[in-house]
Amino acid sequence: MDASQIIFGLTALLIIFSALRVVTTRNMVHAALWLIVTLLGVTVLYALLQANFLAVVQVVVYVGAIAILFIFAIMLTRREMRDGGPQLNKGWPLAALISLAVFGGLLALLYNAPVSERLAASLEGQDTLGALGQALVSPDAYVLPFEVASVLLLAALIGAVYVALNKKQESDK
Amino acid sequence: MIPLSWYLVLSALLFSIGLFGVLARRNAVAILLGIELMLNAVNINLASFWRYGNPAQMGGQVFAIVVFAVAAAEVAVGLALIISIYRRRKTVLAEEIDLMKW
Amino acid sequence: MATETLIWLIPLPPVLAFFLIVLFANKNKALSHTLGVGAAGLSWLASMVVFVRALSVEHLGEHPFHASVNWLPTGETWFKIGVLIDPLGAATLFFVAWTIFMIFLYSVGYHNFGQPKGDHDRPGLPPHGATVTDAHGHKHTIPSVEPMYSRFFAFLGLFAFGMYTLVVSDNLLTLFVGWEIMGLCSYLLIGFWYGKPSARNAAIKAFMTTRVGDVFMLLGIVFLYSVTGTLSFREIFTNEELMHALGTTATPVLGLSAAGLIGLLLFIGTVGKSAQWPLHVWLPDAMEGPTPVSAMIHAATMVSAGVYAVIRMFPLLSLDPATMSIVAFIGAFTALFAATIAVAQNDIKRVLAYSTISQLGYMIAALGIGAYVAAAFHLITHAFFKALLFLGSGSVIHGMEHGVLHTGNHHVDPQDMFNMGGLRKKMPITFWTFLIGGFALAGFPVVTAGFWSKDEILADAFAHGHLAVFITLAVAAFLTAFYTMRQITLTFLGEPRTEEAKHAQETPWTMTVPLIVLSVFAVTYGWVGIPEHFPLLGGLVPNWFHEFVGSTLAEHPEAVPFSPVPLLTSLGVALGGLLLGWLVYRNVKSPAEDKLQLPVLKNKWYFDEAYDFLFVKPAYWIAETLVYKWMDKGVLDGILHFIAHITGVIGAAIRNYIDLRVINETIGDGTANTVKWMGFNLRPVQTGRIQQYMLASFVVLIVVGAVLYYFLVMA
Repeated sequence: MDASQIIFGLTALLIIFSALRVVTTRNMVHAALWLIVTLLGVTVLYALLQANFLAVVQVVVYVGAIAILFIFAIMLTRREMRDGGPQLNKGWPLAALISLAVFGGLLALLYNAPVSERLAASLEGQDTLGALGQALVSPDAYVLPFEVASVLLLAALIGAVYVALNKKQESDK
Repeated sequence: MIPLSWYLVLSALLFSIGLFGVLARRNAVAILLGIELMLNAVNINLASFWRYGNPAQMGGQVFAIVVFAVAAAEVAVGLALIISIYRRRKTVLAEEIDLMKW
Repeated sequence: MATETLIWLIPLPPVLAFFLIVLFANKNKALSHTLGVGAAGLSWLASMVVFVRALSVEHLGEHPFHASVNWLPTGETWFKIGVLIDPLGAATLFFVAWTIFMIFLYSVGYHNFGQPKGDHDRPGLPPHGATVTDAHGHKHTIPSVEPMYSRFFAFLGLFAFGMYTLVVSDNLLTLFVGWEIMGLCSYLLIGFWYGKPSARNAAIKAFMTTRVGDVFMLLGIVFLYSVTGTLSFREIFTNEELMHALGTTATPVLGLSAAGLIGLLLFIGTVGKSAQWPLHVWLPDAMEGPTPVSAMIHAATMVSAGVYAVIRMFPLLSLDPATMSIVAFIGAFTALFAATIAVAQNDIKRVLAYSTISQLGYMIAALGIGAYVAAAFHLITHAFFKALLFLGSGSVIHGMEHGVLHTGNHHVDPQDMFNMGGLRKKMPITFWTFLIGGFALAGFPVVTAGFWSKDEILADAFAHGHLAVFITLAVAAFLTAFYTMRQITLTFLGEPRTEEAKHAQETPWTMTVPLIVLSVFAVTYGWVGIPEHFPLLGGLVPNWFHEFVGSTLAEHPEAVPFSPVPLLTSLGVALGGLLLGWLVYRNVKSPAEDKLQLPVLKNKWYFDEAYDFLFVKPAYWIAETLVYKWMDKGVLDGILHFIAHITGVIGAAIRNYIDLRVINETIGDGTANTVKWMGFNLRPVQTGRIQQYMLASFVVLIVVGAVLYYFLVMA
């Protein structure tokens, strides 16, 4: 067991623990904070995988933008500071069962998959970041999905602004 | 060295936890949190397959970036919807948002 | 222009006039009669040219003007139609052209052209007169113009087309076409004043009665065509083998030969058209039509066409003695029978109508005894003087109507001879021309055409030993002279018997000119047929008519040898009849004093009643009681009602037990109810909660995934 395996194991424990807290904690603000922990743990995994760009984007986009957005949304939709009542619905045991079943199924698939025990090749001398940049803007590679994603983002933002707009206040003016 | 299966198992577990969150949480915002967990599980998969497959092919990472964008869009629209619903119905509980029922 | 081309063109102007008047000139009276009279004039001119050219041809009988075109393809050959002017055709064309033209001209005056519109006149009724105020402020009632003036000329034009077509035809089919066109026009013109019920009934009667004859005639034509394969006169008559075969082939009907049967069938057509007994009943009633119509259709042309057709087919008829006997019998009988009725009629036109029937019977009888030329001769002279008499009577009626309008007493019948008297002073031209026509009809010796033609028939009958026919015709001739003089005496001689007769007035020139022209022919036309062996006069003028018309036949008929018996008979009956008529009627003032008003004659031997009883009533009974009440109402409606009832029962059964139970309740409502029940029970699934939907989706996903995995990967 080398150092990377130890780091992976600790990170994995952190991710699983914080993720479970995200779906179980009663306080929504705490849940959002636990999500940030989970996202940071995933950032560590990216680093382990030597996907540097993804690690940076994970921090900037998820932790820096999305998580903050969640916290704002939670605060905007709270009638009182304390979240009353149970945070799980009545069907939660069935939901747990199904989640376990999905997990079991995935494990079964992995067990039979030919790639499961493969080890990573060395990345010595490879400019993965440059290659990623080239791939994103190369007409031969992924420029079209890239642009479509940008249009999607734009549309989503405009749509979000429109949906969240307080029309009542608008008309009151 | 870490075998690929470790990442995949972790990813599957994270996905299942996210799924549980989506299915079991009453709060609509919490459901969105669960979705974020599931998306991250997917991203772990994408990144690890890139790393353990052919690193010269950047498809895995590019797909992960697209997922980031989709996640951002999804969160923006989803939260906007939740805020809008909250304005009208003063609730964010998924089980009370049932106008579409019979 | 080639004569044949000209013959083709003869019938065209009247039919063009018909269409032009109907389509364009219907509102304009002057234009209508200009078109009508102009067309008649053109046809007259063309006919005269053809006639003159025909006279200049040597042996016209062997080489007639003849042209034909292919018309209907009949397998490998063509049915040809064409025009033919042989001596008979030329002679016929001559009198047809003259009478038609004169009658067209006469119609202008008869229908009061130039007079104002009537006060109460309506289309379909005769004009009632118009009130005008003269310069002195006095009101007068004067004759008013016919409301359907244009229509009259259109019909006359169509009629003239039919007649010309018939005359110039070289075959039986186009002859029949012209014949039927005339039948139609006869119907239309008799019913011209359709507002009068009597005119309507007369029109229907005329059409139906002639129809009986026409059906037989069509049968004859069809039979002839099926036997010979042609309808052309010349092709049949000049083919000696064919004629011989026709004369000897036996048919199952009455033991007649084919020729005899065909001839008889065609003759029945003539019986209808020329109003011979027993189909004579329509002609007297046809006097309901305007007088020019009576003159044209029912004296000069259409009824003559019937006789013309028989004369045309004479070579065929003469092949069978039995048919000839029938023809002779019907002709002679009709001649006598109609003459007896004419004696007792008071209506001036009805007397002439029966006279016409009688005279046509003369011609038929002449044909029946083989006097071909005499029949044709009498046909032509009769057409002239009878047209003259009809037009004269129309003039008299017109004059009397003037008197009626003057006195305003509309109950006086202007056609009743007992209301007249003394008209010779008021209407001199009409009187003298009527006298000429009447004497021609009576056969006044030597000067009139009627004498020569009638004498020739009697001479023929006597010379060929047909004594019964001879005596019958002589008696008929005596009666003819008698009723003619009766008519003249009652109408023109003596003193006026009514106020209306005193105020009668001479008619305008358009009416008197035709009278004068026709009276000239009524006298002079007889001179072309004086027998060669006649005492004193014979040989002064060659017997042109006999030579000319006789040459139509393949075998030239012999001129009959002179015999004093028929001559003396002829003289005796004519003069005796005229004298007796004058003696009896010069002092008769009213119908009551007339000893000859026997009910049986007055009622025309009860033929109308008999036909009513024998045919009309049974026909009504069959239509009304048998067909309508029993067959239609009882049997057919019964069947229909039964079927309807059964259908109703079946329908109700299907509705109650299949439609309502099975289709509606089980299939229709059942399906709907099942769907409704399922929907009602499945409804709670739609909770509206997103997470429950997702749960369900994932359950399905897992199950399906597990199954697929089991079968695809594990297996």
